[in-house]
Amino acid sequence: MEYFLQQLINGLTLGSIYGLIAIGYTMVYGIIGMINFAHGDIFMIGAFISLIAFLILMSLGLTFIPLALLIVLIVAMIVTSAYGWTVERLAYRPLRESFRLAPLITAIGMSIFLQNYVQIAQGARVKPLQPVITGGYTIMEKNGFTVQISNIQILIMVLTVALMAIFSWVIAKTPLGRAQRACEQDRVMASLLGVNVDRTISLTFVIGAALAAVAGLMFLLYYGVIDFYIGFIAGIKAFTAAVLGGIGSLPGAMLGGLIIGLIETFWSAYFTIEYKDVAAFSMLAIVLIFLPSGLLGKPEVEKV
Amino acid sequence: MSAQAERPLLEICGVSAFYGKIQALRDVDMTVNRGEIVTMIGANGAGKSTLMMTIFGRPRARSGRIIFDGTDITGMPAHEIARMGLAQSPEGRRIFPRMTVMENLQMGAALADPEYFEADLRRVFELFPVLEKRQNQRGGTLSGGEQQMLAIARALMARPRFLLLDEPSLGLAPLLVKQIFDVIRELNEKEGLTVFLVEQNAFHALKLAHRGYVLVNGRVTMSGSGEELLAKEEVRAAYLEGGV
Repeated sequence: MEYFLQQLINGLTLGSIYGLIAIGYTMVYGIIGMINFAHGDIFMIGAFISLIAFLILMSLGLTFIPLALLIVLIVAMIVTSAYGWTVERLAYRPLRESFRLAPLITAIGMSIFLQNYVQIAQGARVKPLQPVITGGYTIMEKNGFTVQISNIQILIMVLTVALMAIFSWVIAKTPLGRAQRACEQDRVMASLLGVNVDRTISLTFVIGAALAAVAGLMFLLYYGVIDFYIGFIAGIKAFTAAVLGGIGSLPGAMLGGLIIGLIETFWSAYFTIEYKDVAAFSMLAIVLIFLPSGLLGKPEVEKV
Repeated sequence: MSAQAERPLLEICGVSAFYGKIQALRDVDMTVNRGEIVTMIGANGAGKSTLMMTIFGRPRARSGRIIFDGTDITGMPAHEIARMGLAQSPEGRRIFPRMTVMENLQMGAALADPEYFEADLRRVFELFPVLEKRQNQRGGTLSGGEQQMLAIARALMARPRFLLLDEPSLGLAPLLVKQIFDVIRELNEKEGLTVFLVEQNAFHALKLAHRGYVLVNGRVTMSGSGEELLAKEEVRAAYLEGGV
């Protein structure tokens, strides 16, 4: 029981990170119907920018951690958003009227480019960050086993829940969110109503990248080491999460993220850690067999 | 009257448009004056809907010019054209299916001054009471007639200077057709709204409109006042006999 509880906490933490990345996949798919394969690498960029920002702040002598975190968070979100915006502008927008596979191929190209760019600019070796947030709480202690939740885990979960709440509100209730959904459902009609479709698509990339930047920062704080390759596997996992939850669905992306995080953690805890990815991807296959549109995906209900 | 006021609100001069290699519009000339209801009638596939969409640059006119209120809008992006005060209820209605009726109306009002939102909402609910009952229902679950009303209401929420309606009578029961045409006449008479509508339902459209054009295979073949066209033998033979 104690062991289970501990793994649950670990799984939810990992799942939060996947969920935040998965939103970027699902939103972009929703609005332009393509899988942005470079999104995992945007997450990696977010982690690197966070690291660089931390190191700069530390060299400036800023030791008050909450303030440093806030600054890093904001800087990472802004700079990573600029990357997301640029990727869309350079690699996808020129191909918007082209055949469907074209932007998919440039997405893979972008992914490879970003990895190599960071590898050259930052070196191939793993980059460590000293623990920034330490400490935690013991939830219970029994039979010599302690269940702990660390401050960083609390931070990750709280931040994720807060961001999800804000983000869901923006999409559901604001004119911006409405315009975004309108573009998802009928781009031409949205433009007839005065929505600047290109700008809305850009904004979708910016929001997705900002959330990925938060995920990158949390990954950095949680694991303490990053390298240029972390975006690949995290990206595949988050993509799996988005498909599992129902691609195009925002709550689905979050739910999928949590499920993938939990499966991976529990599989590693109770079976073998080597096969955790197999377990996660098998789950995807099983769900898709029975629910082809994912857990919360919506089959079209439309009268013509 | 100044020269500006005498100029038509919409001028279409020698416009041709293509879908891929297929030419949909051939050298179309037409005008719509302020405060007028103008209709374009024609058979299925004549290019009526293409003309409506070409005004919004989708597809773009390959030759010719489209001038709205003295401004050349031929090469403008659709959202900027909408900003000039044109609103369209397009072919196929294009309701946002996964948005509620209310959200569809809010989308329509995206460009309008929020100050008028409540009043405009009351007005469209008065015109189409069924929409008020359905306001929290998703657009995709409405019947065809309700969607048609929503499409027109959504266009009205933009407080347009120029309203474009693509086959507002399509698929509707005769009673509803009459209701919608009455609404258009009322908006035109009371508020001076300029309306351009394309219709297969030539009889109703020509009775409603001040002027009309006949489109055949992408080309304007006839024009005149509503009564004139209604009286013409060719129009009666092609669009009215047995077709009403």
